Amino acid sequence: MTDTAVQLTTKKDWVSDQEVRWCPGCGDYGIMHAVQALMPELGMTPDNTVFVSGIGCSSRFPYYMNTYGMHSIHGRAPAVATGIAVARPDLDVWVVTGDGDALSIGGNHLIHALRRNVNLTILLFNNRIYGLTKGQYSPTSEEGKVTKSTPFGSIDHPFNPLSVALGAEASFVARTHDLDRKHMMNVFRAAHTHKGASFVEIYQNCNVFNDAAFDGVTGKHAREEMMIDLVHGQPIRFGPEQSKGVVMGTDGQLRIVEVAEVGDANLLVHDAHRADPGLAFALARLSHDDHSPTPFGIFRDVQRGDYGTLVAEQMLQASQKKGAGDLSALLRSNGTWTVG
Amino acid sequence: MTDTQERQDKPTEPLSHVVVRFAGDSGDGMQLTGDRFTSVSALFGNDLSTFPDYPAEIRAPAGTVNGVSSFQVHISDHDITTPGDAPNVLVAMNPAALKADLHRLEQGGLLIINSDAFEARDLEKAGYDHNPLDDPDELKNYRVVLVPMTSITKAATESLGVKPRDAERSKNFFALGLVSWLYSRPIEPTVQWIEGRFKDLVKESNLAALKAGFNFGETSELFDHPYEVKPAQLPPGEYTNITGNVALAWGLVAAGQQAKLPVFLGSYPITPASDILHELSKHKHFGVRTLQAEDEIAAAGMALGAAFAGHLGITTTSGPGVALKSETTSLAVSLELPFVLVDVQRGGPSTGMPTKTEAADLNIAMFGRHGEAPLPIVAAYSPANCFDAAIEACRIALKYRTPVILLSDGYLANGSEPWLLPDPDSLPDISVQFQTERNHVNEDGSEEYWPFVRDPDTLARPWAIPGTPGLAHRVGGIEKEDGRGDISYAPANHSKMVHLRQAKVDRIAADIPPATVMGDDDAEVVLLGWGSTWAAIDAAVQRTRRAGTKVAWIHLTHLNPLPPNLGDLLGRFRHVLVPELNMGQLCRLVRAEYLVDAKAITKVQGLPFTSAELEAAIQEVLK
Repeated sequence: MTDTAVQLTTKKDWVSDQEVRWCPGCGDYGIMHAVQALMPELGMTPDNTVFVSGIGCSSRFPYYMNTYGMHSIHGRAPAVATGIAVARPDLDVWVVTGDGDALSIGGNHLIHALRRNVNLTILLFNNRIYGLTKGQYSPTSEEGKVTKSTPFGSIDHPFNPLSVALGAEASFVARTHDLDRKHMMNVFRAAHTHKGASFVEIYQNCNVFNDAAFDGVTGKHAREEMMIDLVHGQPIRFGPEQSKGVVMGTDGQLRIVEVAEVGDANLLVHDAHRADPGLAFALARLSHDDHSPTPFGIFRDVQRGDYGTLVAEQMLQASQKKGAGDLSALLRSNGTWTVG
Repeated sequence: MTDTQERQDKPTEPLSHVVVRFAGDSGDGMQLTGDRFTSVSALFGNDLSTFPDYPAEIRAPAGTVNGVSSFQVHISDHDITTPGDAPNVLVAMNPAALKADLHRLEQGGLLIINSDAFEARDLEKAGYDHNPLDDPDELKNYRVVLVPMTSITKAATESLGVKPRDAERSKNFFALGLVSWLYSRPIEPTVQWIEGRFKDLVKESNLAALKAGFNFGETSELFDHPYEVKPAQLPPGEYTNITGNVALAWGLVAAGQQAKLPVFLGSYPITPASDILHELSKHKHFGVRTLQAEDEIAAAGMALGAAFAGHLGITTTSGPGVALKSETTSLAVSLELPFVLVDVQRGGPSTGMPTKTEAADLNIAMFGRHGEAPLPIVAAYSPANCFDAAIEACRIALKYRTPVILLSDGYLANGSEPWLLPDPDSLPDISVQFQTERNHVNEDGSEEYWPFVRDPDTLARPWAIPGTPGLAHRVGGIEKEDGRGDISYAPANHSKMVHLRQAKVDRIAADIPPATVMGDDDAEVVLLGWGSTWAAIDAAVQRTRRAGTKVAWIHLTHLNPLPPNLGDLLGRFRHVLVPELNMGQLCRLVRAEYLVDAKAITKVQGLPFTSAELEAAIQEVLK
């Protein structure tokens, strides 16, 4: 230990001795390296950091971090992490989950962790497929998808993870993708800085069961046309030479336009701090398919009391009002009588 | 009003005990009436036992048999354990209550009826095609006292300006006043209670009704004289009247104090366990955190997360909630972390009978997990014992780093009894040491923390909580290599871990009290009980022995592992009878474990055993 206030760590301090067992070429590697590269910057130590996961390929993540960690139950990571974060507000608690884990079996826990604004950084690896069980459709798989369990094509309408999070009153919502380490690190850093529940959807490629699912947006050839980088306080522009932009019509609908046609001043200015989630929701719904312009970055970042702090405040108030607990007084609190 | 002076006009007749049952519509306040009568009797110094019996619906259709809510209380001048088999007195506030509960009243018992509630419409709602009060045969075996409670209450409150409709709501206090007079209960504590609880016109109305009921007993010619049940000769000390749920909640608070750990309760509302959540949520100043989760699964997950983080993690539930917590409990078995699951059993399966008691979750507690997943089980046997049982469940969980299931039931949860308060200084120290040092030295001399290195005596693994420098480690539901704790699919290691987890639970047998035989050591028959059947067995054993028949009794507080001497003890008796509020779950366990020819006495009516039922079963086997 050094005696500086902030412990200095390097990336290798965050890497566990476990052999990483994801398939070669999996997008999970890129996400893991981004997280491990970021951790030394955050001023935390592996000793006060906890990674919690559910079940699925992404949920092996905690084994590869040299921190405290729990590989828990399918879908239940937000609940387990809530217990940890509420019991110990001093800890830095991360949740690593996937589209099946968070949005199918664990949908209820995810929305309630977001609603309560528990101080968690939730990373959702969205690959739109069940990988660990070898290729069934997931709640984010597109309609018509042919998988082992949908040989005639999926007839399930998918979730938009960001819409779910925003609908669940999330105070921080962002999207990034597994091919851009710098973008991931920036988004993860902001998510970690945010006090309360932070939700990050990561487009993650499953090269075995759903390869190139996001190629139409994040592929090298498509990126320039399809990725919209959201910057708080800036007009929303993208495309070759920033020639395209987003405007809000008089009907409230967001539209993609040529900047030259509408003029710079008429572009929508991104506001991640707006209390009303309507704009973030509209941006989350801007992309309709795998081949349309898709926003990335921080959709929403607003402050509201985080659950662990609120619980701690109530505990403190109770102690100040009633003093330290006295068992003898508690046993007599409903009235007593004496015999003999 | 000084009731003692007025009472001199009619001399009191002493009784050793009396069982009173208040029955009325769900909206009539019968639970409150019974509860007040109980509190006053407790303060008076009687021994007592209570049995609330109410519908699951918040407001079942008014006036119907389905909507009847009853409260039975047994008060005594000597030590008692049951709320009594057949009431000596039934207070019936309406025809539905009469219909639902008359069959319980002892022959010749006192039947006090609110005669104002027997209009044609009331009778119709209760399903009567005639008025039983007009039928000379129907009530001939009882001492019937008809009291126009509603109209007297209205008259007594009229001068206060209370509207007739509102006055009707006070009629339960009239009934309470009347029964208080009849059994020589002081009404001052109830007057004080009403003054603290209600305000303005409602307070005045309730007070007027209470006094009107008391005075009615004194002045009307309907009762010859009042009775008196003298204070019981209980062991000296300070007592409080306590329900099982409150005792259990306080036991968890005490366990946190004795363990020097913050208590974390994750819970989801469910009858009849919710009162534990309500009670614990009041005690934040004891370092108790309560979190009402989004569902039963999350409640368990939060508690287990808190346990990983170094808290005393607890989850409480009943019925279907137990099934939902199964996967988390299995993870707790695998992680080897302290975790307490409180199951306040109720009638099942499925929603079953939420407000009725049953003890049919022993099987799910023993076996209701996937894989080989043994865990210790503790069962409370009386309302007050829930306090000690809670501490014991936490002790075992903490010491052995294991999930523990604590079984209570609806009868214990809502029933009450006087409790001789323990001295907090006499409670066991159940504190544990967190791991703070690395515990493994590699060949090259470097040190590591291995999360699954075991204590040689208890086989418990170390508990290193996040924040501890140098001990960062990962745990998970995948099988772990013994010692090091890394993921392992090795066949021999899995076998070793399965056996270790079993052995750890088995060893607890040496750390629990041995079973003891109560009653006659040389009897031909022994009753083997667990849980809330304690009260009925106790009464049945006393009655049987008073009648000159020898009988022995063993009551289990730990159901897994069983006390190590139990097999030997059972082998001494010709007949082993196992009374259970299920279809014979413990009976099957002891037959399998000890090859004894135990016979189950079962009851699955949502009601506790009566002592008469058990006494008959004892006589039957000895024929």
